[in-house]
Amino acid sequence: MALTKEQIAQRIAKELRDGYYVNLGIGIPTLVANYIPAGINVVLQSENGLLGMGPFPEEGQEDPDLINAGKQTITTVPGSVFFDSALSFGMIRAGKVDLTVLGAMEVSDQGDIANWKIPGKMVKGMGGAMDLVASAKNIIVAMMHSNPKGESKLLPACTLPLTGVRCVKKIVSDLAVLDVTPEGFKLLERAPGVTVEEIKAKTAGKLIIEGEIPEMVFN
Amino acid sequence: MNKQVLNATEAVKDIPDGATIMFGGFGLCGIPENCIAALVKQGTKGLTCISNNAGVDDFGIGLMLQQKQVKKMISSYVGENAEFERQLLSGELEVELIPQGTLATRCMAAGYGMPAIYTPAGVGTEVAAGKEVRNFDGKDYLMEYAFDADFAIVKAWKGDTDGNLVYKATARNFNPLMAMAGKITIAEVEELVPAGTLDPDMIHTPGIYIHRIFQGEKYEKRIEQRTVQKKA
Repeated sequence: MALTKEQIAQRIAKELRDGYYVNLGIGIPTLVANYIPAGINVVLQSENGLLGMGPFPEEGQEDPDLINAGKQTITTVPGSVFFDSALSFGMIRAGKVDLTVLGAMEVSDQGDIANWKIPGKMVKGMGGAMDLVASAKNIIVAMMHSNPKGESKLLPACTLPLTGVRCVKKIVSDLAVLDVTPEGFKLLERAPGVTVEEIKAKTAGKLIIEGEIPEMVFN
Repeated sequence: MNKQVLNATEAVKDIPDGATIMFGGFGLCGIPENCIAALVKQGTKGLTCISNNAGVDDFGIGLMLQQKQVKKMISSYVGENAEFERQLLSGELEVELIPQGTLATRCMAAGYGMPAIYTPAGVGTEVAAGKEVRNFDGKDYLMEYAFDADFAIVKAWKGDTDGNLVYKATARNFNPLMAMAGKITIAEVEELVPAGTLDPDMIHTPGIYIHRIFQGEKYEKRIEQRTVQKKA
């Protein structure tokens, strides 16, 4: 069975390590915050100027001066700090943020990512995505393996305008966990009940399969 | 040095048609509501606006778009505005999209007196078209110029009559950067206090960057995405 969006987030949360500073993009990546494993202390960075983002406020406690990069009302956790947008991207550019999780429309087997523009459709802008992918040490993409038309999003080369080149390190899709290596997508894990054959069929880019591929474990 | 002016009307009255103006704020958070309203009332046209976002249909810069006062938007994300989309598709409005960190740092460079910066954001993408690429230690960077803006309009939480500013929470965002970057910078604040009463260690923007300051009124502080959880 393919993973739900929540399960993709849950699987990505297993990549978190104690002491990480983490930037979570909009969509599935935001859900990762709900599955931070017990005993792991991470600090969430919001690129509009906050380290130490907390959960949504209780009803009636919303503060219009306190939002995340998705413009949602949020809270802070003890020890949080505010700063301006240049400093925020400064710490991203300087490699201080340990892990960035974001969504994608396409990823190439060389780690190129496209996630901001579809020619012919209204272009909303790249926001902070180009800055994040150009500088982050470790980028995990959270996405569906195929687009709504059933076409693979893991390609030999991106067809959409690029957000960044050779930057994605790992993909967690609804079907699989894959590392992006210089040789191509390396299959690490399968979603429970999903066969290697299905993943092969739905991966258009170069896929490396070595030995037995275990199923993902959720706990 | 007293920078106080009476109100928003007085603060923006000499902004001419065709000016380039920076507007602080991220989404609708920390935007200069009073000055935007005054510009709408004044009807200044042909503006180039440097702002991370373009507001929503009936708030923020969206109010100026409704009155067709904006010629060009320079932003990182403009997705929340139907009138914006209509004007863009009809060719009435020009838009230049810039990575958010590049936008912020080009403001910063102007305030720091540096003509340009190097950033890896956009290398290998269409953002890099026509730009100088330089390699440092094996990694490519784009040269991006400091912004050159006639006016910067920012919003702070507190300010004093000398123009020293303090921001609140994530309403800080682009405000301190743009405050440093305008040839003329206008600051509106929720609370204006006498010079000498703010703790010098707690000031975010030194008043030297500010030319005009006033206490705004009737802040709506609209929330763009109200997300809450039920009380436990």
